[in-house]
Amino acid sequence: MSDFVFLFRATEADNREHMGTPERAQRSMEAWLTWIRDLEAKGHLKDAGQPLDRGGKVVRGKKKVITDGPYAESKDLVLGFMVVQARDLAQAVELSSGCPMLDGSGSVEIRPIAKFEM
Amino acid sequence: MSAPAELDRHLFRREAGRLIPALTRIFGVHNLALAEDVVQDAFCRALEVWKARGVPENPSAWLMATARNRALDVLRRERTARTFAPELGRLLETEWTLTPLVDEAFATGAIRDEQLRMMFSCCHPRLPEEVQLALVLNILCGFGAAEIAAAFLTGRAAVEKRIARGKTALAGAKRLFDLGDAEFESRLSTVRRALYLLFNEGYHGASADAPVHADLCAEALRLTMLLREHPPAATPTTDALAALMFLHAARLPARTDAAGDLSALVDQDRSRWDRRLIADGLALLERSAAGSEVSGYHVEAAIAAAHAGAPTLGDTDWPAIVALYDRLMAVAPSPVVALNRAIAIGERDGPERGLAALGAIADRDRLSAYPFFAAAHGELELRRGAPDAARKRFEAALALARNDAERRFLERRLEACR
Repeated sequence: MSDFVFLFRATEADNREHMGTPERAQRSMEAWLTWIRDLEAKGHLKDAGQPLDRGGKVVRGKKKVITDGPYAESKDLVLGFMVVQARDLAQAVELSSGCPMLDGSGSVEIRPIAKFEM
Repeated sequence: MSAPAELDRHLFRREAGRLIPALTRIFGVHNLALAEDVVQDAFCRALEVWKARGVPENPSAWLMATARNRALDVLRRERTARTFAPELGRLLETEWTLTPLVDEAFATGAIRDEQLRMMFSCCHPRLPEEVQLALVLNILCGFGAAEIAAAFLTGRAAVEKRIARGKTALAGAKRLFDLGDAEFESRLSTVRRALYLLFNEGYHGASADAPVHADLCAEALRLTMLLREHPPAATPTTDALAALMFLHAARLPARTDAAGDLSALVDQDRSRWDRRLIADGLALLERSAAGSEVSGYHVEAAIAAAHAGAPTLGDTDWPAIVALYDRLMAVAPSPVVALNRAIAIGERDGPERGLAALGAIADRDRLSAYPFFAAAHGELELRRGAPDAARKRFEAALALARNDAERRFLERRLEACR
């Protein structure tokens, strides 16, 4: 088994659209809980991640230019992450297919955690 | 991560209905959209945190704390640029008074009062009833335009227009209805009427979607019970309205049979009636007799009680029910009441008399699009041994059916004519 990071990306507008009415918020939440519970039941969930605050700074370049919040210039911001265990990348991709993020225009970026054999 | 707690099916709707009025108390009703934004922010935050950490023990408290903090942020950031609730005035200006003020708005009693003030404001008599209902459903029950449209079989655009019109009127009123206002009594009556219509829409409504039905009934009942928590609103007439809702709600589980098809009152499996709701309804009906006023709600509740009190269809006291319908026609006449009265007469005196009563309904043209008017003719024709006439009536009813459940129900009645 290998570890993979799932990075959830979406635009702020898409995110709000999904939570736009209480009924939609309810559906989104239920969909997430169902998906996560399923991953957990099958032993794929290694770390459910940590919620990320919206604020923050981006520091760039040699001059260390500091800008406000990652979202100011990024259309598709990282909303959260989790660590999933899968046999290989193909299975990790398959596991992501039920992610509610994909119901809108959001995306899941799947990155293997690099292994270094000593 | 621990297994996420089960999520209450209505959590977000219910919380929106509590938080938006509470926030309106601080922001002022002209900033209703801002209150909605803050609630939406709290929901987005909940999704991010809960999916990583699981649903907290007390999700309502979590959402409220998040909305409170967000409200404080907004007030601090925008208090110079925007005007908030005028009655709070200078209290919003210093940190000393700001936090206690916001905390006070989220206290249990304050939330209830603001929900009531919002309910009374949504039921402004100058707003058409469909606008009042759309507003109540949107603001106090947390339903979106699409869900309201589905419940009322209306287009989403039409519902959005109603909500927008209602919100413009609310914002124009500058502040929410004051529960100590001299107009309290008359506004209370408009509120009851709206809740009654809301319940009826759920109970008899055109929507084919059964869960929507039950949700509307549950919301109407919940808001009526909220009304009863405010002593000046807990009058015998309000008790009668609550009794009527309980007694009807008791029959909801039997309104559809095992196959999910509509079941007429006469065919219902009475063992599926909810005895606890009936007991609550009867207790409320008794309380409602305390005053001298006899409202339409009193009479309708008494009719529902007469049905609830009959263990089998054969035990039904039809003479008493006809007498109650006569009374209802005196206090709250309507073509639908007249239709139900004619059906009761048919049960008491036989199909010929029932048909005569149907034919005598004064404004029966207003029932011409209602499938159960034609169907009532069909039932009575069938019972007097005229299957051909009955078939024509059921065919007419079928052509008017508003959803699949009604269609299947009427198709089965048609088969009975063979």
